[in-house]
Amino acid sequence: MPDATDRRILRQLLADPGMANAELAERAGVTPVSLWRRLERMRENGVIRAVEAKIDWRKLGYEVQVSLRFTLDKTHPRAFDEFIAAARQVPEVTEIQTFLGSVDLRLSVIARDMAHWQQLYRESILTLPHVADSDALMLVSTIKDVQELPL
Amino acid sequence: MSVQPDVTDLAILRLLAEDATRGAAEIGRMLGLTQPATWRRIRRLTETGVIAGRRIVVNEAALGFGVTVFLGIRLAVKGRVSLEDFERAVMAIPEVQVVQHVLGQFDYRLRIRARDIADFERILRRRIMTLPGVGQVEANVMLSEERRPGPL
Repeated sequence: MPDATDRRILRQLLADPGMANAELAERAGVTPVSLWRRLERMRENGVIRAVEAKIDWRKLGYEVQVSLRFTLDKTHPRAFDEFIAAARQVPEVTEIQTFLGSVDLRLSVIARDMAHWQQLYRESILTLPHVADSDALMLVSTIKDVQELPL
Repeated sequence: MSVQPDVTDLAILRLLAEDATRGAAEIGRMLGLTQPATWRRIRRLTETGVIAGRRIVVNEAALGFGVTVFLGIRLAVKGRVSLEDFERAVMAIPEVQVVQHVLGQFDYRLRIRARDIADFERILRRRIMTLPGVGQVEANVMLSEERRPGPL
């Protein structure tokens, strides 16, 4: 379990994930060696699962981002597994979440433009298995996107 | 501005999207490039904003945040002023990690981190339901999440 010092390190790191280790050590009040050891340990025991590069899809020409919400036909016992397996085959799907609530599943899908979106929707989304109902939320703008936790 | 990356750039992005702590030397070895050539490409991808920073994926449950809820919010009144009031107030809630303005059945979608369901109820009642202009609210508790590499 992470102790108070680990939490202090994570609080700083989540607030500014690009921070250099020297600065992070100073802000968290630990020596660079101790910081390195603690980060290694948190990676080993899975408190830190990954450090990923964030990709700005707009810069790569993907202007459209859609949040697709699905209700599945749950009379089919393998509905979730088969839907997720099929969604993984669509390269433009960037996130898959499952839920407890009125929505069963959500996909984040990116497309180059509306023509590309239309094509994706018809060829790759409407063909996904066991869908009872779906609706789409088209992204206008992201107002906040942080990973900070009130630790 | 859109950048035209080549196949090698996309391979680099794929490796960094998995693990951003990989250095230019390691990536170069994996792709059969020299360390300086790889470093130049990474620098260009960073300078053009294709690489927009890092994301630390933590085991939030191990840190005492066991519940993630996605909220769909519909405003009761719409108009420029009410949007700004709503956005300013919702951004200030520490448990709200993501706020997106969307078109469709809802006006906003939110991602919220809570310690447990009781904590979520507190956030919902005291923080969300009291937001200016808030109308219909739909909550879905996340059970699992998978991030995909995307079209790289």
